[in-house]
Amino acid sequence: MTDASPLVPYVVRLGDDRLVLGHRLSEWCGHGPILEEDIALANIALDLIGQATALLKLGGALEGAGRSEDAFAYFRDAVDYRNALLVELPNGDFAFTIVRQFLFSQFALLQAEALTHSANETLAGIAAKAVKEYRYHVRHCAEWVVTLGDGTDESHARAQNAVDELWRYTGELFATDAIDDSAATAGAGVDPSTLEAPWRAVVMDVLGRASLSVPDTRYMQRGGRDGRHTEHLGHLLAEMQIVARSHPGATW
Amino acid sequence: MVKRAPPSRDELFAILDEVKDPEVPVLSVVELGIVRDVSANDGRVVVTITPTYSGCPAMHEIEQSIAAALTEHGLGPVELRTIYAPAWTTDWISPAAREKLRAYGIAPPGRAAAVEELTPLRRRAASVACPFCGAADTEQRSEFGSTACKSIWYCRSCRQPFEEFKAI
Repeated sequence: MTDASPLVPYVVRLGDDRLVLGHRLSEWCGHGPILEEDIALANIALDLIGQATALLKLGGALEGAGRSEDAFAYFRDAVDYRNALLVELPNGDFAFTIVRQFLFSQFALLQAEALTHSANETLAGIAAKAVKEYRYHVRHCAEWVVTLGDGTDESHARAQNAVDELWRYTGELFATDAIDDSAATAGAGVDPSTLEAPWRAVVMDVLGRASLSVPDTRYMQRGGRDGRHTEHLGHLLAEMQIVARSHPGATW
Repeated sequence: MVKRAPPSRDELFAILDEVKDPEVPVLSVVELGIVRDVSANDGRVVVTITPTYSGCPAMHEIEQSIAAALTEHGLGPVELRTIYAPAWTTDWISPAAREKLRAYGIAPPGRAAAVEELTPLRRRAASVACPFCGAADTEQRSEFGSTACKSIWYCRSCRQPFEEFKAI
């Protein structure tokens, strides 16, 4: 057995964030508040799942053990997933979905911009493609955040509730551990803690325009990056994996 | 058996120019810039492609169509290589191909750089000419359309909804 690249767990984390959030968003398909929004959420979900496919394929290639992107997606249990807790939370109402998507997309945009300089050429290429996509994800979500926050009493209350609920899950996006350090030192990854200040600047600007405020709590919930997930991920995976696990090896 | 000379790069591109995009059948995968390179050696053909969007569901069908077109011309085996850099941009679509889009009823894409300058909540009101009546009095209804590559617009002049091929 050869030693797998130390970049594997870093790339798998990137893939897992996008796969889980992409699957969550796809749950809106057919349930959007208006047709255009139904299409928009499905489009964003497709972009994320496409990025996850490319990233997990890269993870499998770096690992060198013959695991395909489908093996990563369908044949790992929740404890082996490394996504941040933020992306596995249930969709809640439309405000919750949009605020979460805005917070994540702005993080992902900054992360992908930095990864375009990755020493790993494939990762740099996937990032360069994704940057274009995150730009319109952020534009779309930021406009909705302002529309909801600066809208009716009802929409403002729902958007503020979403910010209050979600804020404690944002810290994990910027937490740095040995896996991030290793990838960053090798010039292949980016230290997520360096993204927090620029992320905060954009988020505060948009939330301010939306008449929304950030809760005072300093406590940040973590665990997903180490495989300690909420109960919600298992249910998501059960639905996502049932067909592949019931018919292993099936092709179509 | 007489061994044929391997087809030239131009001949290979001509074959692939017959493969249309399943979502935008008026353009070929060459005109869209999906095919980045193609070469043949001893019948073996290597096609380098790049995805338009990370999650474009048509990519699988496009790959199959490319392989089928080359096989029909007696070439193969076909190897498809996917590259991500440089990232696909609508700037690669030629003026002639843009005119085909417009005639088909899809507004062609503007300059990609102009879209990249857009930041959250500081959107410029870019005018996209209606592909049906040519009027500039149009408005974007949604940045997301029936496929990942299109957005939904409305023409206030001829009162027709229409799609734009998004600049990216």
